[in-house]
Amino acid sequence: MANTIECRNLTKRYGNEPPALADVTLSVETNGTFALLGRNGAGKTTLIRILATELAPTSGEASINGMDVLRDAKRIREQIAVMPQEARLVPWLTPRQTIYSYLLYRGFGRREAASKVSDALAKLGLGQYENVVNRRLSGGVKRRVLMSTILATEARILFVDEPTTGLDPLIRADLWKTLNELKKTHFIFLTTHYLEEAERLADKIGILENGRLLSLGTLDQLRSVVKYQVSIRIMHGASPFETKVGEVVRSADGSTQIFTTEEEADRLTEQLVREKKRFSIYPISLEDIFYYLVRKPIEEDTRRGPENGSVIHEEQ
Amino acid sequence: MKSNRLSQVYASVLIDAVYQMRNYPITLVSNVLAPFSVLVLILLVSHGYLLSVSIEGALITSMISGGVNLQIDLSHMKNDFKLQDMLVSSPTSAFAYTLGMGVAALTNALPALAVLTVLSFIFIHATPLGALTVLCVFALMFAFSVALGFMLSTFSTDIQQNRAFVSILTIMLATIAPIYYPITYIPDAIRFLAYFSPATYAAEIAQNAIGHLQLSQLNLAVDWVVLVAVCFVLFVLAVKKSHWRDP
Repeated sequence: MANTIECRNLTKRYGNEPPALADVTLSVETNGTFALLGRNGAGKTTLIRILATELAPTSGEASINGMDVLRDAKRIREQIAVMPQEARLVPWLTPRQTIYSYLLYRGFGRREAASKVSDALAKLGLGQYENVVNRRLSGGVKRRVLMSTILATEARILFVDEPTTGLDPLIRADLWKTLNELKKTHFIFLTTHYLEEAERLADKIGILENGRLLSLGTLDQLRSVVKYQVSIRIMHGASPFETKVGEVVRSADGSTQIFTTEEEADRLTEQLVREKKRFSIYPISLEDIFYYLVRKPIEEDTRRGPENGSVIHEEQ
Repeated sequence: MKSNRLSQVYASVLIDAVYQMRNYPITLVSNVLAPFSVLVLILLVSHGYLLSVSIEGALITSMISGGVNLQIDLSHMKNDFKLQDMLVSSPTSAFAYTLGMGVAALTNALPALAVLTVLSFIFIHATPLGALTVLCVFALMFAFSVALGFMLSTFSTDIQQNRAFVSILTIMLATIAPIYYPITYIPDAIRFLAYFSPATYAAEIAQNAIGHLQLSQLNLAVDWVVLVAVCFVLFVLAVKKSHWRDP
């Protein structure tokens, strides 16, 4: 059965600051993974914390599978497990002690908790670390222990807030593998500012910017939001460039992004080659959709570089 | 879904006391030594005259430290490890978590309490009623400090705020209160300051119970009323004002 997450006019204000969430209305019905994508400060953590019953909204309503986050918090809490952003392992515990204690907190008896710990550790290949004090573990192993902790519960809905932030690419890829396995048996609500993460993991994606939901759907549905099929990125130092069909977005870093049709892309690439410009060209990606909707790159360090696109010409 | 409250309490005791002392044995040594610093000082300055009062003071300090340490530990778990976020969004109740952390604080204090209890038997010759009175005072002080610690921890957002709370608590509960000596040692002109601390009322009752202070029945009654009232008010405030789910 698909899981449903609904928000109606959900708003959250912290004091007199601009709203962290502004009138968000969304309805997601999906299995697998839902990724909420946005830049830092877009409101992702606020939304996940409201849904996970950790934070009260200022106004509006939110529900999970028909259960209201305020009225039915107790029922929701029995069905969810949360890995918060910036969650850290208690350094003086071992992975075994960490998971065991969390299971006790969730109300399992001592014997049942003990038997579940071994399964959870084995599932993520953590058996060899089970009795090593957490402070001695590497960053990637620590993150896997956290994942293993929420997995050990009987919760079928997992809220995972920016799980791979700050991890190196190899560990990140490893966690993606884990998350892709998990989505076969769990519903995962994931927030991320990594476009590639959302692209690889999510069955549905929501794009949040300045507390507002800009777009929601499968990757294909999001692609259709952008009218064009091809993205051309002209590197730094490019002279002002125009297209007959499509849209040109100039970035503060001096590069130019063109969203256009396949036919117009053919014409433009010929022109760019003639003019010996440095550029990359690739089919519309999630990054382009984000760029198109937000008109700002998601983050310099997470932007897909030309090495991931198909570079067809470089200025000599 | 299971909801074993005892397991939830036990989890806090494991995380914050048993595993800590087992994996970091230095905390066990520190827990034993904690209440002795002032005790030894008072003992030396008073040439042994205030031995029984300072042992009792060290016991009261252990109870107060329970709450102060609880506030530190709860803030640490909440702000640095985000453990509280993981628990708020789980079937764990605020009461079970706090009770567990309170019992953990008591467990951490046990090594020191054991040594101090032995010293009490040797050096304080209280009547059974006196001993019972002292125990009640300790229990109230512990409950009071736990309620206060929990409430403050829910407001604390980072380590600097945490430090500020600890500093104020230490002044309120341990510095201005005559725990290690009779209140008569404080000059008359500034004695009123001591009565701003609930620990003063506790110390007066305890010192009266072991015969180091002679209080009138009225004074004794006032001390009990104040102590119980402060505890009650703090518990109500802790329940009403502290945040489990962030507002």
